[in-house]
Amino acid sequence: MTERTKIGVYVCHCGGNISDYVDVEKVVDSVKDLPNVAVARHFVFMCSEAGQQLIKDDIKNLGLDGVVVASCSPHLHEKTFRDAAKAAGLNPYLLEHVCIREHSSWVHSDNREGATRKATWIVKTAIAKISLARELQPIRLDVEREAIVIGGGIAGLRCAIDLARAGSTVHLIESSPFLGGRVPQIYKLYPSGKSGCEIVEELIDEIKRYPNIKIYTNAEILSAGGAIGDFKVTVKVNPRYVGKVSDDVIAKCPVEVPDEFNYGLTKRKAIYKREHSYPDIPVIDMDACTKCGECNPDFDQQPQTIELKGSLIVLATGFKPYEPEEGEFGYKVHDGVITLPVFERLLALSDGKLEYNGKEVRDIAFIYCVGSRNEEHEYCSRYCCVATLNASLGALEKFDGLRAYHIYRDIRAYGKYETYYEEAGKKKMLFIKYDPEEPPVVEKSGNKLIVRVKDLLTAGEELEVPVDLVVLSVGMLPEMSEVFTMLRVPFSRDGFLQEVHPKLRPVETAIGGVLLAGACQGPKDTVEATASASAAVAKADTYLVKGYAELEPFIAEIDPEKCDGCEECVGECPTSAISIKDGKAVVNEALCKGCGACGGVCPTKAINLRGYYYDQLEKMIDSVGGD
Amino acid sequence: MTRKILIFAADMAYRALDQAGLLHVHYSPNTVIIRIPCASMLRPDLILHAFQSGFDAVFVASSGPDCPFMGQECVGKTAKRIEKAYELLDEHGIDRNRLVVAGVCSTCVETILGTVERLEEVVGE
Repeated sequence: MTERTKIGVYVCHCGGNISDYVDVEKVVDSVKDLPNVAVARHFVFMCSEAGQQLIKDDIKNLGLDGVVVASCSPHLHEKTFRDAAKAAGLNPYLLEHVCIREHSSWVHSDNREGATRKATWIVKTAIAKISLARELQPIRLDVEREAIVIGGGIAGLRCAIDLARAGSTVHLIESSPFLGGRVPQIYKLYPSGKSGCEIVEELIDEIKRYPNIKIYTNAEILSAGGAIGDFKVTVKVNPRYVGKVSDDVIAKCPVEVPDEFNYGLTKRKAIYKREHSYPDIPVIDMDACTKCGECNPDFDQQPQTIELKGSLIVLATGFKPYEPEEGEFGYKVHDGVITLPVFERLLALSDGKLEYNGKEVRDIAFIYCVGSRNEEHEYCSRYCCVATLNASLGALEKFDGLRAYHIYRDIRAYGKYETYYEEAGKKKMLFIKYDPEEPPVVEKSGNKLIVRVKDLLTAGEELEVPVDLVVLSVGMLPEMSEVFTMLRVPFSRDGFLQEVHPKLRPVETAIGGVLLAGACQGPKDTVEATASASAAVAKADTYLVKGYAELEPFIAEIDPEKCDGCEECVGECPTSAISIKDGKAVVNEALCKGCGACGGVCPTKAINLRGYYYDQLEKMIDSVGGD
Repeated sequence: MTRKILIFAADMAYRALDQAGLLHVHYSPNTVIIRIPCASMLRPDLILHAFQSGFDAVFVASSGPDCPFMGQECVGKTAKRIEKAYELLDEHGIDRNRLVVAGVCSTCVETILGTVERLEEVVGE
């Protein structure tokens, strides 16, 4: 093929992120006279409006037939630059974006000469690649208006409603027997002051109004796979072993077990349902049931396996609260040391006076940052400061004569929630700042718990705080699900699911068509969780409402002249995209995912991967190999 | 002439190289990165070509079992390519130690640092 000879090369300073460690002028000088290069420039921010305009103007004025941009990772701005090239009339796949920031300046900041040489090499490979680049067209894929939402907590409910409102069919999958997730356990939410139950009930009422939302509770995911436009999820809906029965029938159950919804503060029957939730049908807990038959059960009910399809998947699998170790701040060693989620239930369930284990509570110590900001969990769980302040204010409002002590590392009551911090001060609650190197110690002394803490605010004076209840403000951990592995969604370092980019693609994952909503992505409060859920739906609708997706054109291409129909590639393809027709291999464009495995085994070198043609790769190697 | 190591970086490995940058860790700058979707696309002759063209070592940084195209299957397919590449290296009298394959997940920065260091030792200063 004829080579491209009018390539424009653009080297970015990234404000200094690159140019502080890479001699960008030297990079430009090293490539500007290469035979395929028409122009080479460097600029302070290539991604800026001015930087993009520079490229566009050159394409138009100099008639460039290829462009190389060397800046940050293509995961950040490849699309930006391809769009700019397209706007100037150049086929976007004649633009190559290579990385000299993450891959050079930032990793070789200790070696300017080495960093500059490497950046030059990388630019040379890109010029070589573009010199042999073919014009490519994106693949258009029909997308039906059907989506799968995994997780029936507040984020999943928000997603289902927003998707259904726009007219899509939604499959909402919840692993537990009832919708709602963890929010209904919260006594009062900030900033609305409504209970978690009320908020979730409103959402569930709305869900019921949409016939296009299909709900699967008590559902296990057996398999999940596919790609954008064509996901398949198989769920096993476990039996409830009972139909709709009255509360009187439920009351007949002779079994009582600790109610997990209330963290064991109350008991429930083996047959139970959740108020303000969905469905209004109870479930029998078979681990507890004695099969006495009092509740008209149907033990013959079988699990149902259902195959669902969806063009997109939204993961809204949520979080779980950190469970402190035995002995951590006296947890599970001293009676009266509980976590914040348990305290929320205690507040909701108590009436008249606040009691824990039959003992009246007058003084409460809240210990902050439990299970956050330490070696095991480096991150700040961000919701806990405000949630703890809010719970303490709720407690003081509901019960007279309480005294509260906030034993904290830092108070992060950001935005409008600063008023909660102020309010706590006005209510004469005491704030004691502890040093994480010398954390507070909880001891038992007679009837009371003693929190021994050095207060940094009074120059390390050791205080003894006698209290009746110690509430540990625990952080958030990701709620794990096998579906993550099935869909191969990447995790971040702290174990939550990772978006492609926190600002540029905040709700998408590396797996096309799999979106994130709520706390599965990282600690979020309910406000943030629902906002991210609506954001995920807005992103989903860019495909569902439009009705099609445009996929990258990087799929296998077979040269029929060279193909001898040996079928090596057929067996190699992981998605069965290749078949033999009239003695030649043929690629099904809808099935090909673009791995190139077929090309790796073709004995006659008849197969290429578009965008990564072997002649391009060879020339890339040669462009640096002889240096 | 500077010693040169060619890194074929498959999808997840490319992300790990990004991650190395975000963490500001250091490894040898005598490395050239060529982005590919999946290591299974590497024809053994292309790997030989890299040596013949002047590279002193080749690091095939595959996505390993995290491969977004085929997951676990990627490991076996890539191994087959590399096995053939080793045979080609033997035929041409090139030290097998100069070719390394490793599965590199999107956060496997240590694998990159370790492999590059190992190859630096093999090729010498």
